[in-house]
Amino acid sequence: MSNMLVSLESVSKSYKQLDALQSITMSLAQGEVLGLFGHNGAGKTTMMKLILGVISPSAGQVEVMGVAPDSKEAWHSRAKIGYLPENVSFYEQLTGLEVLTYFAKLKGFNKKTAIDLLEQVGITHAMKRQVKTYSKGMRQRLGLAQAFIGEPKLLLLDEPTVGLDPIATADFYQTVDQLKTNGSSVILCSHVLPGVEQHIDRAMILSSGKLLAMGTLAELRQKADLPVTIKPGGLNGAISENSKLMSYLNGSKDILHVPEPNKLQVIRELMAYEAINDLHVEHANLEQVYQYYLKQHKQSQSPQQALNNGEQQS
Amino acid sequence: MKEVLTVANKEFHDGLRNRWLVSITLIFAALSIGLTYFGGAASGEIGITSLSTTVASLASLAVFLIPLIALLLSYDSFVGEQESGTLLLLLTYPLSKTQLLLGKFLGQGSIIALATLLGFGASAVVLYLQIEDLSVLVTFSLFIASAILLGLSFTAISYLISLMVSEKSKAAGFALIVWFFFALAFDLAILALLVGVEEGLSQSLLTQLMMLNPADIFRLVNLAGLDSSDVNGVLAIAINSSMSQAQLFSILIAWVILPLTLATFIFKKKKL
Repeated sequence: MSNMLVSLESVSKSYKQLDALQSITMSLAQGEVLGLFGHNGAGKTTMMKLILGVISPSAGQVEVMGVAPDSKEAWHSRAKIGYLPENVSFYEQLTGLEVLTYFAKLKGFNKKTAIDLLEQVGITHAMKRQVKTYSKGMRQRLGLAQAFIGEPKLLLLDEPTVGLDPIATADFYQTVDQLKTNGSSVILCSHVLPGVEQHIDRAMILSSGKLLAMGTLAELRQKADLPVTIKPGGLNGAISENSKLMSYLNGSKDILHVPEPNKLQVIRELMAYEAINDLHVEHANLEQVYQYYLKQHKQSQSPQQALNNGEQQS
Repeated sequence: MKEVLTVANKEFHDGLRNRWLVSITLIFAALSIGLTYFGGAASGEIGITSLSTTVASLASLAVFLIPLIALLLSYDSFVGEQESGTLLLLLTYPLSKTQLLLGKFLGQGSIIALATLLGFGASAVVLYLQIEDLSVLVTFSLFIASAILLGLSFTAISYLISLMVSEKSKAAGFALIVWFFFALAFDLAILALLVGVEEGLSQSLLTQLMMLNPADIFRLVNLAGLDSSDVNGVLAIAINSSMSQAQLFSILIAWVILPLTLATFIFKKKKL
């Protein structure tokens, strides 16, 4: 455990009535990028706050760079952690450069660092303007520049690509890849992000404070055993008359949902048609994997919840 | 320490940028110079009246204005940053809550202190040039020093408010109530006690009660040395108390340090 950059051991955090996190165990190695997924209120932000040491766990142990992040010993390691909060609006009346210089100084850097970072995120042209004139995307870039101060060893990014245009998003992922190559670890927190798949090493799915699944995308996909979607073109409903294929049919359209082991067999069957002019094979994407685990969780929980309610009433 | 100065520097520049420093200074200067010249207008004379009348009028005005300005300047210091999300972010930085609080206090306190010094200092200079009496400078130094402490005290009190509430609008409401209580209601309550209680309050008890209000301490500091004909209300009774200026100043300083300490304590307990 000790060689891990971040480790959580059966960590729980509860506020008065609410169990924000329940017995979470996870670890993050150096140079690893972890995607943290969950809907609103799933406990993503709470987990980030625990790792940042802003709050203390109700039970369990959090360790970041070998120390508890809420302890005094963690003080010097804070300069090595970058954080982008989900909802932050920087001092509106200040210019972008002034804002970033302020934050850089607090981490022990100077104005030059701030200028370089603004160039890195591409808002040099607006650095002398007040933040209140910034667009959503520019504000997000400023926030990212803030998180990148001092080449952090650990980056926690809460919804980093919200408001970014596709080019800026690509730039952002490039920066993440670069940071990873330099040995930084990143925790990307989000609802499901399109295009995030190839940039994360592992994914973690949270729902109402519980860890639903964790692993590499391949592992998660395998465990979920989701069907492959196959869309043939030019068949004009011929499939519905084929006894081998009709069971895979989903709805009225020519769309087939095929379990992974039967994939090749089905494709061969399809290729036998003369009329086929296109074939589209799609594996389950992150979003589907995420939906799957969420649905499973709900199903497993509903009888239990009924039980809990019964207990409360009696 | 460097972190404290960084925060203080930012807060101070915010005060400059928002024109707080300029406007407070101008208000203080206009009022104090005005009062210095026209303070005696009610008794039919225009021009510089006696030093004690001037200071008495200035003090009774400042006792309303300074707390109000200090509260206005700082009520959103923490709750505002909490709402915009920067407070959470700052706390993930290598910056302790105490450092952040002290930094803000140093920055915003400097704005209040500088404005008081410049604004009231202007009329001190005007008055000195007219009368050419050193006692003007002595009296005004006391006045300005106590006014600064009064401002700092209410800055600390507004941090308390800002840390205890969760919404900016609530903080504004609270600040107004606090101002009303210390500037107006407190004295009225004491007056009511004086009139209402049969046996009457002893003078020492009355003075002790007044120590619970920084605004009253400020009044005592500035009016104690004056002719009682310029002073009215509860103060006239308390004025001949046994408190020395040094004692009054120490209590006023305590009124800065205590709320600030309490604010630090609440900040440390605060959930984010």
